[in-house]
Amino acid sequence: MTYLKKSPWLLHYDASSCNGCDIEVLACLTPLYDVERFGIINTGNPKHADVFVVTGGVNEQNREVIRNIYEQMPEPKVVVAVGICAASGGVFRECSNISGGIDQLIPVDVYVPGCAARPESIIDGIVKSLEILEEKRIQMKERAKQKEQGRSPGGGER
Amino acid sequence: MSRQIVMPFGPQHPVLPEPIHLDLVLEDETVVDVIPSIGYIHRGLETLVEKRQFPEYVYIAERTCGICSFIHGMTYCQGIERVMGLEVPERAHYLRTIWSEYSRLHSHLLWLGLFADSMGFENLFMNAWKHREFVLDVMEETTGGRVIQGSCKVGGVRRDIDQDTLKRMNADLKGFEKGLKEMANVFLNDDSVASRLRGVGVLSRNDAYVCGAVGPTGRGSGVPIDARMTGYAAYGELGFSPVVEQDGDCYARCAVRVNELFSSIEIIRQSIDRIPGGEIEVKVKGNPEGEYFSRSEQPRGELVHYVKGNGTKYLARSRIRTPTLTNIPPLVKMLQGCELADVPVIVLSIDPCIGCMER
Repeated sequence: MTYLKKSPWLLHYDASSCNGCDIEVLACLTPLYDVERFGIINTGNPKHADVFVVTGGVNEQNREVIRNIYEQMPEPKVVVAVGICAASGGVFRECSNISGGIDQLIPVDVYVPGCAARPESIIDGIVKSLEILEEKRIQMKERAKQKEQGRSPGGGER
Repeated sequence: MSRQIVMPFGPQHPVLPEPIHLDLVLEDETVVDVIPSIGYIHRGLETLVEKRQFPEYVYIAERTCGICSFIHGMTYCQGIERVMGLEVPERAHYLRTIWSEYSRLHSHLLWLGLFADSMGFENLFMNAWKHREFVLDVMEETTGGRVIQGSCKVGGVRRDIDQDTLKRMNADLKGFEKGLKEMANVFLNDDSVASRLRGVGVLSRNDAYVCGAVGPTGRGSGVPIDARMTGYAAYGELGFSPVVEQDGDCYARCAVRVNELFSSIEIIRQSIDRIPGGEIEVKVKGNPEGEYFSRSEQPRGELVHYVKGNGTKYLARSRIRTPTLTNIPPLVKMLQGCELADVPVIVLSIDPCIGCMER
């Protein structure tokens, strides 16, 4: 975990999950797995969050909520879809009120399989998402740099 | 006279692991009325009976809720078995009882943790979840799954627990119980916990009865209803009585759940002592025709699965009534007149399981 230079904060939202994955996400934070010792905290405020953890598929009523939360999170941000329901709708795919996985709404960076996903695989997924977060941060910095150069009188001529 | 304002609470809120939306009508800091609105997790899984054969639907029934998953599967199976007139072997009944009670332990510990978190007692939250892992380990060892077990089937159970494992499970309960006693002492006797809970969100016995409170919410207000007393699975042969408290406040509901932990341990011990040998399942022949209301006691209260068969492999109708939905009107009653800062504690005190409620 040498690249973990910052303390990433998670925001967890239960889209239409059965709770199985939700309680496993929470189990990651509690004494047996205890990811909090790496500075990973479950926050309730989208403006504080770096990683958006979603469980469950999309339905009519939560569509706007998911999009809202995602848009409120500051850049750079990553999305982790936990459990098979968040990936494709899972066992509920054919239900009358489910329109599928969350990737039809917002871009997903990491998919965690399982029904319910085990805490080990959730932690694995979060670790993978942190690598992507770090890459996005570097890219963002470079873009900002290029923009800065383009704006300055010296940089514009070249 | 102060002006009324409406404040939204949820669906995404730090204290709620699951989304529910409440419109709180406030006068200064006092809540005068509450308008709940639901539907954020509605999947419509009851309609899946038309697309899944009745033995397969057990898996869907289990996934109504990831916390009390085993009890959902079992209640659905009970309904089908009654419609088809199947005689489930005694050993399967006892195994179902054991798994149900382990589910209750894990659910109550989970709730106690979240409840402690809602009053800002982080240490107690972690402590409750530490004990919960013991229960999940037993679940994983005996069924193969931590939270979704899949060990119940129409006609019995899928897996047996051998006598050596049962013996060890019984012995392990001793250390587990000792840890729980230490934790229970904090929930029941700590001054700071009591000051957050005593006299908060009072639900009178009459209101609980009229609004239809079930489970620990009703029992905390002195209504002694417990569907386990109907004697389904092996409960009829075991000696136990419902845990009832009289005060009707958040402390009473908390005390009911803490004491139920020990009552569950006692039921598991009795079941392990009395479990008979023999088969664990019967062969299922034919298709269900007829209807039945199957009742059971979930950690949150009474659960009803209605099944209606029409003589084909696909059921005509399934209907699930979950305890959280019945506990929403009592919640509205509790919240009227409370202070805004107490809202999270009171909302959690009914142990809302939105996944169940909206299905």
